Amino acid sequence: MADIELRNLTKRYGALTAVDSVDLDVEAGEVMCLLGPSGCGKTTTLRMIGGLEWANEGDIFISGKRVNNLKPAQRNIAMVFQFYALYPSLTVADNLAFPLHAENVDKAEIDRRVQRIAKILELDHALGRIPGRLSEGEKQRVAVGRAIIRNPQCFLFDEPLSRLDIALRQEMRGQIKMLLSDLNKASVIVTHDQIEALTIGDRIAVMNDGLIEQVATPHDIFASPANIFVAGFIGTPQMNLIAGRNVKPNSGDEGGVELQLCQQDVILPVELAASYNANITVGVRPRSFDLASESAVDTISGMIDLIEPMGAETLLHLTTEDEELRVVTDHRVAPPLGAQIHVRPRPGQIHLFDERGMRIQI
Amino acid sequence: MIKRREIGKAGLGRSAIMVVISFIYFFPVLWIILTAFKSHTDALAIPPKFLFTPTLNNFVAVFSRAYQSGGEAIDTKFDLFFFNSIFIAGTSVLIALIIGTLAAYAFSRWPLKGNDTYMFIILTTRMLPPIIVIIPIFLMFRVTGLAGSYVGIILLYTAFNLPFTIWMMKSFFDELPTEVEDAARMDGSSETKLFFKICLPQVKAGIAATAVFGIILTWNEYLFALLLTGIDTRTVPVAMASTIGGDIGVRWGLLAAIETLFLIPVVLVTFLLQNQLLRGVTFGTIKR
Repeated sequence: MADIELRNLTKRYGALTAVDSVDLDVEAGEVMCLLGPSGCGKTTTLRMIGGLEWANEGDIFISGKRVNNLKPAQRNIAMVFQFYALYPSLTVADNLAFPLHAENVDKAEIDRRVQRIAKILELDHALGRIPGRLSEGEKQRVAVGRAIIRNPQCFLFDEPLSRLDIALRQEMRGQIKMLLSDLNKASVIVTHDQIEALTIGDRIAVMNDGLIEQVATPHDIFASPANIFVAGFIGTPQMNLIAGRNVKPNSGDEGGVELQLCQQDVILPVELAASYNANITVGVRPRSFDLASESAVDTISGMIDLIEPMGAETLLHLTTEDEELRVVTDHRVAPPLGAQIHVRPRPGQIHLFDERGMRIQI
Repeated sequence: MIKRREIGKAGLGRSAIMVVISFIYFFPVLWIILTAFKSHTDALAIPPKFLFTPTLNNFVAVFSRAYQSGGEAIDTKFDLFFFNSIFIAGTSVLIALIIGTLAAYAFSRWPLKGNDTYMFIILTTRMLPPIIVIIPIFLMFRVTGLAGSYVGIILLYTAFNLPFTIWMMKSFFDELPTEVEDAARMDGSSETKLFFKICLPQVKAGIAATAVFGIILTWNEYLFALLLTGIDTRTVPVAMASTIGGDIGVRWGLLAAIETLFLIPVVLVTFLLQNQLLRGVTFGTIKR
């Protein structure tokens, strides 16, 4: 039995459906990342689990118990908020101790636990300060400390790292990941940062417009996106999604399937059972192209109209008849601006999507 | 070469201009304070005297039970009037703050259907010039027997201060991030504890600012105090006005002494709360 179970969870604000029949299981010890663009309903989902929003429909189970009608405090969960939500008038020590007061923990035990948490999170020096006098990183750690001090059933994080600068974010990402694996509780982390989701999450639930598009491990999300939205959303630079059409019946002897892509006839090294003349979207990540020295049946040709150096790699923008392609190459072999080049999608790294945008298993 | 001013330093010229402007603004108050230390003859001297022998007689006269005027003893009762002013202003502002802060929190956090309409209705009570409602209020006070009592005038001032308090405090509560309250709820805090331990400390500056404005408003109120207070519940502004007249004309020195004393509590309160006040009136202008 999963520690957190969502069944058909729905939240409406007037005519707007913010969360649309979401089903999700989070096992004990598992870190689930809710990932999606702004306004996709991920925070609303989290707040419903936490009891800060009421669900219009559906059920929320925590450890098998239906908690829909319980107050936040009765659900035995802890939450870390985006803006930390520290109590401004209380010292760090009092902030950490606050959840314990509600549980009638005795004074000596409170002190002991505050000291222990302060030690784990390196906050010993700051215990007497008020939150206004802390750095962003320290505030973040206090917020995490306040969540873990109580030993709850599960943890909720709302964009926990979004306020930190990049260096601090990487450091905290590691810390939180280690902390969560030590605690071995079910955790839900809301984020719009895919790197964060891919690095921290055991599984990722990609949300869009209130719907869950795909739930899978970070690797599966990246390697086999379930639909066009996930394909385009995960991975930077963004995956090339090229509208195509299989103009010839699949005879099977060309070593692949012939598609019309960017007004060019291209043979892709994939097996495809799709019917003749179907609209197919071909997804190829910018790093899944090889440069070809000359045009061939399995290459796409285009002209470089923009070059963006990214350090070790260079991002090339190719103009073709129809679409703009993004291609990442090693910076040492990057051709000059304006050059006509030919790129070959790497076998095994090509994604196909049908007319409804769903993945075609190859 | 252009000489650049150091940032944060006004320079001599600008400082001088500030001093002159401040002096012009402050002159009436200064004049009153000076007069309070003048003898009756000095106070009436033409041209006005700026150099004179200061005397405390006026201040003594404010509080001495028997003020000698041509041998006739007059009971000033100003100690009572000062007490009345402090008691009435203090109590009514306090009650308005308690009720208003709670109401503002409710309006901010648990909006009713048509919340804005309620807020508007509350504001409308302050839209009429007070003099328009004075006759009905006077009659109400007569019928209920509140006229002349402390309870009556305190109730009235509380009612005057409430709309302002609710509006001010609501804007302060609106500025507070609700996330903090959500966090407290998750941490198992009761709503009462949440309000007193989490929310209230965050709006201290707002409470201070609201209190100062309320006190100034109530402290200086004349019209209702004149009609609705009795001889024992009279406030200083009313009593001050009644010292004008009599057989020897206006006793300017005495009047100035009362005014000077009358200034002190407001100046004191404002001074004590000035840090909070500054934070209060600029609250929310800087994004967190």
